[in-house]
Amino acid sequence: MSSQASVLFDAPGPRARLRNNVLTLLATVALVAIVYFVYSRFDAKGQWEGRIWRPFLEASTWIDYIIPGLLGTLKAAGLAAVLALLFGVVFGMARLSDHKWIRVPAGAVVEIFRAIPLLLLIFFIFYLLPSVLGGGDYTLIALVAGLTLYNGSVLAEIVRAGIRSVPKGQSEAAYAIGLRKGGVMTLVLLPQAVTAMMPAIVSQFVVLLKDTALGYIIAYVDLLNMGFKIIPAVNFGSLIPAAIVIGIIYVGLNMVLSSFATWLEKRSRRSRKTSARPVAPPGAVVGAGPAVAVD
Amino acid sequence: MDELIKYAPDLLGGFLHNVQLSLVCAILSLILGTILVSMRVSPTPVLRAVGTTYVNVVRNTPLTLVLAFSALGLSDTLGLAFSDEPSSNAFWLVALGLSAYTSSFVCEALRSGVNTVPLGQAEAARAIGLTFFQSLRMIILPQAFRVVVAPLGSVMIAMIKNTTVAMAAGYLADAAFIMKETFDTTGASIPIFLGLIVAFMAVTLPIGFLTGWLANRLAVVR
Repeated sequence: MSSQASVLFDAPGPRARLRNNVLTLLATVALVAIVYFVYSRFDAKGQWEGRIWRPFLEASTWIDYIIPGLLGTLKAAGLAAVLALLFGVVFGMARLSDHKWIRVPAGAVVEIFRAIPLLLLIFFIFYLLPSVLGGGDYTLIALVAGLTLYNGSVLAEIVRAGIRSVPKGQSEAAYAIGLRKGGVMTLVLLPQAVTAMMPAIVSQFVVLLKDTALGYIIAYVDLLNMGFKIIPAVNFGSLIPAAIVIGIIYVGLNMVLSSFATWLEKRSRRSRKTSARPVAPPGAVVGAGPAVAVD
Repeated sequence: MDELIKYAPDLLGGFLHNVQLSLVCAILSLILGTILVSMRVSPTPVLRAVGTTYVNVVRNTPLTLVLAFSALGLSDTLGLAFSDEPSSNAFWLVALGLSAYTSSFVCEALRSGVNTVPLGQAEAARAIGLTFFQSLRMIILPQAFRVVVAPLGSVMIAMIKNTTVAMAAGYLADAAFIMKETFDTTGASIPIFLGLIVAFMAVTLPIGFLTGWLANRLAVVR
């Protein structure tokens, strides 16, 4: 659709084509200039020397550092994802409870943990644990607990929105044929809500995976820590190359998850198994594609 | 409670740095986000490609890495310096990194707003002879902004909370860093933690309410 009409512009005529070509040229020149500037400054600092890039061609760098770091990141993200989902389902359903004494505290917990800057939460847990449990390495626990509480609260909102997105007539019909509250929830509402929630949940997992990088600040040994502290310490001068390599890994991982969310969104939009429309994470940006979870 | 009172001046000072950082980043990221969205909907394929690549890469990079990059790549390697004073230099590096990150979300929000403008309006704008930039500036973007006030509010709230990650770029003056320092000396203190949370909520909750209220008032009735 390179030169076709869109919302904002027509299929270009001769003058518009000329203008577009000029703009293209200017943009390309500007881009090349920026790339060249970065390249030459990096060159002046010796960042393109083969010596500092060579470690990334050696298997040992990957086996000893990058893969363990990646596993550390994935371990924290995986644990937090499972726990956050559990937290989200429990608190999301609790917020829909008929009993005020369940609904109100659950709502308070969700709103508070959503409002806390995640790093402060992680710090707090990290410093609180030794005084409660005694000495030890709490980096993983603090990171996972912080991620669980924050993302679990967001997921609780997604679960609530998902269950609410099932048309009301369905639960009315289910009550009418004699199902009880539990039955309505597990047999009618949840199965349909899951399809509607999936894209939003996966988008939130992108946020969760990105936030595992906060573990770097409390010295959890993850991909970022390996790339920014350990690899440059072992191979002197290779900080920028390491940053670029782990940056590519992070972006790649997240893009795979993001495109999975897009695929799920498309699928659930045309799904006939549910009458609930896909829901968005709270505060998310809902565009033409899947919702972009804000972080 | 004693600890909160004892460290209150330090913590307040740190928190004010977060507020400063938030104000600068709000302005920078709104400007950069608007430029990015103009690029992403422009008729020039190169600009579209650059905008799309930027948004997808930056949005999928952990903020900690973006900030570490702005300290190491921009400052140490590219030699970008804003000030001779280290702490003020670090402040601007964080502001730049955080704005670069936030602007990708601003861009996505605005783009979803652009998508809500009916095709007929853009066609009408062209029919009366407006150029692409004129129709973007006078017809499309004003309506897009009105539609996305609430999502932009969420983006800004997330950005304010993200100012706490500033220490990843070596800016050692914000509330999170001061809290860490006090915890290092006194151990975890529940009052200090609660105090800071209240401070952050005192800033973010009004923004949430304000943007929610504005979104209702400004909603474009179609």
